Amino acid sequence: MSAFTGTGRLTRLALRRDRIRLAIWTLGSPLIGYALAESVASIYPEEQNRIGYAEVANTSVVARAFNGPVASTDLGAVVVTETYLTLAVLAALLSTFAVVRHTRQNEETGRAELLGAAAVGRYALLTAALVVVVGANVLSGALLALAFVGAGLPAAGSVAAAAIVGVGLAFTGAAAVTAQLSVTSRGANALASATVGVAFLLRATGDVLGQPAADGVRLVSAWPTWLSPLGWGTQIRAFDDERWWVLTLPVALLVAGVAGAYALAERRDLGAGLLAARRGPARATAGLLSPAGLTWRLHRGALTGWAVAVAVLGLAMGLAGNEVDDMIADNPAAAEAIAQLGGGAELVDAFLAAMLGLFALTIGAYVVQALLRVRGDESDGILEPLLATAVSRYRWLGTQVAGAVLGALALMLLAGATTGLGYGLAVGDPVGWTVDLTGAALLRLPALLVVAGVVTALLGALPRLSVASSWAVLIVFLLLGQLGAALDLPQAALNLSPYTHVPSVPAVDVTVLPLVVLTAVAAALLALGLTTFRRRDTPT
Amino acid sequence: MSVIAIENLVKTFGGVRALDGLDLTVEPGEVHGFLGPNGSGKSTTIRILLGLLRRDSGQVRLLGGDPWRDAVALHRRLAYVPGDVNLWPNLSGGEAIDLFGALRGGLDPRRRDELLRRFDLDPTKKCRTYSKGNRQKVAIVAAFASDVELYVLDEPTSGLDPLMEAVFQEEVRQLTQGGASVLLSSHVLAEVEALCDRVSIIREGRIVESGTLSELRHLARTTVTVETGRPVTGLTELPGVHEVRPVDGRVRLEVEPEHLDALLTHLVRFEVRALTSTPPTLEELFLRHYGETIDSDRQAPAGGTR
Repeated sequence: MSAFTGTGRLTRLALRRDRIRLAIWTLGSPLIGYALAESVASIYPEEQNRIGYAEVANTSVVARAFNGPVASTDLGAVVVTETYLTLAVLAALLSTFAVVRHTRQNEETGRAELLGAAAVGRYALLTAALVVVVGANVLSGALLALAFVGAGLPAAGSVAAAAIVGVGLAFTGAAAVTAQLSVTSRGANALASATVGVAFLLRATGDVLGQPAADGVRLVSAWPTWLSPLGWGTQIRAFDDERWWVLTLPVALLVAGVAGAYALAERRDLGAGLLAARRGPARATAGLLSPAGLTWRLHRGALTGWAVAVAVLGLAMGLAGNEVDDMIADNPAAAEAIAQLGGGAELVDAFLAAMLGLFALTIGAYVVQALLRVRGDESDGILEPLLATAVSRYRWLGTQVAGAVLGALALMLLAGATTGLGYGLAVGDPVGWTVDLTGAALLRLPALLVVAGVVTALLGALPRLSVASSWAVLIVFLLLGQLGAALDLPQAALNLSPYTHVPSVPAVDVTVLPLVVLTAVAAALLALGLTTFRRRDTPT
Repeated sequence: MSVIAIENLVKTFGGVRALDGLDLTVEPGEVHGFLGPNGSGKSTTIRILLGLLRRDSGQVRLLGGDPWRDAVALHRRLAYVPGDVNLWPNLSGGEAIDLFGALRGGLDPRRRDELLRRFDLDPTKKCRTYSKGNRQKVAIVAAFASDVELYVLDEPTSGLDPLMEAVFQEEVRQLTQGGASVLLSSHVLAEVEALCDRVSIIREGRIVESGTLSELRHLARTTVTVETGRPVTGLTELPGVHEVRPVDGRVRLEVEPEHLDALLTHLVRFEVRALTSTPPTLEELFLRHYGETIDSDRQAPAGGTR
């Protein structure tokens, strides 16, 4: 029996377990790509429109930070820029979670032990996971290339653009290693997701620090971009002068990661990790001994991570705010783009408001993630003994909602304060701007309350669908907020998102009515969630 | 007043009737064995008692209250050990014990330390590193260190070794000496025989037998082996006598308990030299109710019957 015996069977098992996820993954990216290609083609039909777009996108700090550089004024390059962040981060996270699900999670749950006792080699589980994830990335990339060709883009560029899957391959390698290091799948996912976060920051930094090329349209990214797998995907320069050799970078990282993972797997016991499990206290401190204390304990790690990321991003964006005026002084198209996101007349205010809007959307993900823990605990059987104690269901779910909302509030205030501090430092009024933007950030909270209300209602009324539908709702809010205007959606559709209604301070004045209405909607949703949670069977 | 009084309880999941008119009574101070194989409805019954699931119909009283409506008040007066214990992976065992105790309304710290010692559990390990048996110990220690009126134990010892099983039995006896009642769902028949005052056997969502062990034994046949000076005749004509067969010059037969006296009167006429009478074991009682299921399972084509 070789170390790989059983890989084929385990691969089929993994395909069977993930058949729905994999179908959504491999078909989802091409569909998103096709839809956006069509929409971009209708918005920027002429070369002239696209030159304007590229000039704005390559000068705007925000656009550079989030979307990366525009490779050329070709229609395809605009499509790539508009789709890159979504597709690349999706590929990175889906690959990460899939690798961990089929390796460390199997060990954690004891399934790997059962399999290992059968005629299954030492490397088979890892190899099967890699085959499935690499296969899914390649297939999804091939379909994406076809989708771009189908949307009428040139073939070579389409193939290069589909190399977004390279990002997935690179993070497949990273996750293969983290799955060996951490003894829990949660820990392995957190480590791998953190590498995605670092990769994003590196690429954003490199692109923000980038210099315009001689032609005034293209952007030459600075060196940090080259340290990031998320940067490599943009540096292929699809639909420009494709640099195919860049593709070797993610493949090299995949090979290195896989080799490292095999070496680690060879040296450790089943179920063990390299990061040793630490011991804990023999007695609980008084602070833990309540639903609120437990909730804080369970969420403080994630909240700290979020806080660090928000603070770094806030400072960076605030500091960048000072460049907006110089940068866009003679570029009306860019000014209009920012005004569209942020609203109002003052360019800097619009920029800062747009940043706070982005923070509010992102922190919505924290709310969803924190609240969905209720469902995770229910599926894992942790909720059952807990609800068999003298803690009412209202109190338990209410504590979870309060924890998620207070966490979101803290993150939002931090986002406002750091953005304000960054901008204030740049313009010489740190205290004033910190206070102003902290207040402005606070006004976004009602939108986050609605997100919490939606998730709570889903947890109570549709527990089995709550995980998928909560994320779906947040993604719809995100799409309506970020692409709604670009896609020319009717106002009725945009109104579905609570983020449409929070006043875009400091770009516009405060209006109280929408805040009151949003809070009322959130309260109604929370009441619905608490009541249905009280009335239903657990576990369901 | 009974600690647990269930009448005609029905619970369906989709089209499946998990509980089909179940009756169960647990009296104060007794250890009540709740017997049945996996999937017979034991855990569903317990989850209804804990107010986790809603009943479709029937009457359920727990410590004089309604388990669904009065869940929180009742939970202060009971402690629960689930069959499959899952804990927060990043809390230590000691923290989990203290947390469950506090959420239930407090636990006795001296009792907690004594139980940790008796069950040989290291409270400083993180819950994710515990084996199934150790996770069960965490739940057992948390429950037994709470001073409550009712302990609801759902297959609490399925992961414990024989040494710990003995400790567990001693501790359960100590609980009942203090006046507490225990509902013990189990399929470790030796444990049930050792601990339980009364036993209820559940099958496909109904109680098929309930009573003290000696009452249950009265419902089953006693095995009698007899050696006589002269060949015994006329046995098969006696009422209540079954399965008569010769074994090594002796005769072995099964007799219904109420016909034992008539059998002995009949036997003395044949010069009895030796006689043994064996009451049915709990296992035999149990299998009597499940034997036909097992047989029909065997005859069923591959793919199972349920």
